[in-house]
Amino acid sequence: MRILDTQVISECVYRLARRAGVTLTDSCRLALMKARDTEEGAARFALDAVLQNEEVARREQMPVCQDTGMAVVLIELGQEVSLRGKLLSDAVDEGVKRAYEEGLFRKSICDPLTRANTGDNTPAHLHVDIVTGDRVKITFLPKGFGSENMSRLSMLTPAEGREGILNAIVEAVRLAGSRPCPPVVVGVGIGGSFDSCTLLAKKALTRELSSSHPRADVAAIEEEALARINGLGIGAQGFGGRVTALKVLCEIAPTHIAGLPVAVNMQCHCVRCEKEVL
Amino acid sequence: MRTLTLPLSERDVLSLHAGDTALLSGTIYTARDCAHKRIFELLDADMVPPFPLKGAFIYYAGPCPAPAGKACGSCGPTTSARMNPYAPRLLSLGLGGIIGKGEMSEEVRRALVKNKAVYFAAIGGAGAIYGNAIRKSELVAFPELLSEAVYRLEVENFPLVVAMDCYGNSVYKK
Repeated sequence: MRILDTQVISECVYRLARRAGVTLTDSCRLALMKARDTEEGAARFALDAVLQNEEVARREQMPVCQDTGMAVVLIELGQEVSLRGKLLSDAVDEGVKRAYEEGLFRKSICDPLTRANTGDNTPAHLHVDIVTGDRVKITFLPKGFGSENMSRLSMLTPAEGREGILNAIVEAVRLAGSRPCPPVVVGVGIGGSFDSCTLLAKKALTRELSSSHPRADVAAIEEEALARINGLGIGAQGFGGRVTALKVLCEIAPTHIAGLPVAVNMQCHCVRCEKEVL
Repeated sequence: MRTLTLPLSERDVLSLHAGDTALLSGTIYTARDCAHKRIFELLDADMVPPFPLKGAFIYYAGPCPAPAGKACGSCGPTTSARMNPYAPRLLSLGLGGIIGKGEMSEEVRRALVKNKAVYFAAIGGAGAIYGNAIRKSELVAFPELLSEAVYRLEVENFPLVVAMDCYGNSVYKK
């Protein structure tokens, strides 16, 4: 049994959050550069600004986007690890709080009814999976809400099948239009239940944009959905163009014989995601 | 690329067409969801809004805190569509225009035409560039709303695209 003080997790969350707020992932930067080269007019103007912004943010350690997001923290906890110290969720929140304060990130979390701001961007949205081994993998995804607001869940029937899945994905992007800051990254959950399906979609967003799903039939859905989405012509910021999405990322899980849930979690072009294994 | 200074003259507004790019300088006011709600409560109670609406530009934005030596932290636009219920009335009260991102409603389009105003799109996800283009930031109202409060910003060369012009045209696909 490996003993780990949750203080170590708190410090890791802090590091990841600080880095994530001011940096796009490498695969996102490359995808944006490629998109810029295919566009013209206002869409090109927008992508030029986005790429220039990324450089400024990295150099000056300023948030890439003022929406430094809801702190989504995904932890894969090896079952041979025994945690000591503070409650895990408190340790995570402590890391978030310190990162958002010291990083001069915007605090964007509020009570849903009174809209009173919690003042420190906590609580984080923490999800823990117990895995084999004695390691702890932490993924930090600051999730902006311009795109989160455009996310959807469709409870399809088995009869709707593959075509239904493709339609649900493309329709979500079409309805979102210019609002989620395209070119978007589309996280898709296929299967599971009403709630686990949406978590699959969120986890899909933590994959590299250069990756493909290891299952050929799922990778084919990713590619076909992307091609159809880019046929919509929405383009960067909705200004019209060839690149409406940078990538479609799907994750799947077994579902019930009566159902086919499909969740679409929209991510803007500012993909910020940092990972570390302890 | 056009260079524009606020306040815009009627001639400026008439010369702008959807899809044009521009660098805008001058004074603007931030307001997003909560601040709009509060401004409407004041208007409904026949009280004065926190800044004169006539000719003013509202920036749908909530900035990050300012680092030492800078007027403002990252400060890109938020999604304008959430302010669809508010924009037409403010435009009818003389608001000069809006800066935000993404499509707005048919009612907003009509209000822009009727009141000869313009809606500029800032580039979402370019917050650092906009933050660095802010020379001065001053809290105007609702400090308890933190980043959602109303701030008066002096901006220099904000890169913008004319999203909806005073002729009813829009840069966004129908």
